[in-house]
Amino acid sequence: MKKRIPLIIIFCVGTLFVLAIFLPFPPFPAMEGEVSVWFDILKGFAFVLGGGNLIRVTADKIRKGHPDRFYLWVTLVGFFGMLGVGLLQLGGPIASGGDFTTEGLWFRRIYDGIFAPCMAAIFSTLAFFVSSAAYRAFRAKNREATVLLVAAFVILLGRTPLGNSLTAWLPDFLSFLKIPWLFEKILMYPNTAGQRAILIGIALGIISNSLRLILGVERSYLGGERS
Amino acid sequence: MSSLLSPLILSTPDFQYFALDKINLFVILILLVTAILFFILKARQGKRLYIRKIAGLEAVEEAVGRATEMGKSVLFVPGSRDLDDLQTIAGLSILGSVAKMTAQYEARLDVPVNRSLVMAAGQETVKEAYLAVGRPDLYKPEIVHYITDEQFGYVAALEGIMVRERPAACFYMGAFLAESLILAETGNSIGAIQIAGTAMPVQLPFFVAACDYTLIGEELFAAAAYLSQDRRMIGSLKGQDVGKVVAMSAIVIGSLLATLVALTGSSFVDSLFRAFIRLFALNY
Repeated sequence: MKKRIPLIIIFCVGTLFVLAIFLPFPPFPAMEGEVSVWFDILKGFAFVLGGGNLIRVTADKIRKGHPDRFYLWVTLVGFFGMLGVGLLQLGGPIASGGDFTTEGLWFRRIYDGIFAPCMAAIFSTLAFFVSSAAYRAFRAKNREATVLLVAAFVILLGRTPLGNSLTAWLPDFLSFLKIPWLFEKILMYPNTAGQRAILIGIALGIISNSLRLILGVERSYLGGERS
Repeated sequence: MSSLLSPLILSTPDFQYFALDKINLFVILILLVTAILFFILKARQGKRLYIRKIAGLEAVEEAVGRATEMGKSVLFVPGSRDLDDLQTIAGLSILGSVAKMTAQYEARLDVPVNRSLVMAAGQETVKEAYLAVGRPDLYKPEIVHYITDEQFGYVAALEGIMVRERPAACFYMGAFLAESLILAETGNSIGAIQIAGTAMPVQLPFFVAACDYTLIGEELFAAAAYLSQDRRMIGSLKGQDVGKVVAMSAIVIGSLLATLVALTGSSFVDSLFRAFIRLFALNY
């Protein structure tokens, strides 16, 4: 019963949503938007689960004397600090209408002054990771890797003014060797063809997987077959 | 007489029971669903169906085994999107199979997530997997734990876990955004065996560059069927192949017609080509 009810719900809702695409009369066209709102409400309540889990797991580790307990304390202090500052609306007008993004509120200051720069710092590490990954990926180890290397080099040059000026002197009958031309053709044909092949595969995979879910063939996300 | 000659009034129906402009999509959908159901039924009747080997999935057991031998943990990241994304559900399905292996091998599993609903579903999946292989004693609710909804906060926590705990195997299965390369490169730097799978075409090159194995697009959705070796699920994969045949045939026919239009300039071939293209248009 624990699994049968979710499976029945999935079957009914899944079938209804597929049919909704082909049924143009109310309430079907607006159904997707409305159900998304329900999902958002559900997520709001579910956050309590996540927050509770974070506190419990972190506190457990601190209690057991985890070697990284300094970071665990940072997590707890950050969590409760931000929660308290947000709920009490510290630093702002008393009647700020519940909007925690109001200028001057401590919540906003901490968000803009600490949180946002930290996020930007993590994101910016991507630049270094791109370099190290590109270094490994573009080594001419075999024929395929060499083709990849050449294509990547042309694309990199094609994105810069240097690429344009490097081959600008070539006469018209050799225009197929000009980097902007090569750049455009690589992106337009082999790249688009590859991307579309992947997208067609993904679309078919989604249909097949959805059907498995609707029919209850795939139930490992509910914990598998054991019942 | 004058009443018979009253002006013509044009009218359109203000109510439709079926979106006729989507009739082509409906036919394609029925065709695909029929093919998938046909092969599911075939598989249920006991017919053995062949599916090609997927290197990334063959390596899953090897990765878990390696972690066990090294006495290190297995890190599983089910993407960075919520449970309303099919890739997350595919990721959780794979988590079920990986959890069965970690339970059998007695390897340590760590599943940090960034959505509360994914956490709840993931805990249930892992718990049932441990029960299914007869090792409920090894299950702990902390295996699947929530970090934060914030994208880069989650990434920072994952990087920290990787660098401090140095898992021997890292799985990234689900929907990923800009964090894909940060995670894969950090995993690479600690020498972990890495298997990734996503249906986000933009992130695939990053995983291919930094991971040992990558499940590309549809392979992510096929993974649960492949790992479980469930006949009905494998049947659905065969049905999916019918869709591929239809897509490939359509591409070949379309290319031929487009070439013919360019070569002959015939208006008949041109109208044939346009009619063919319309078969696959979103609004027929």
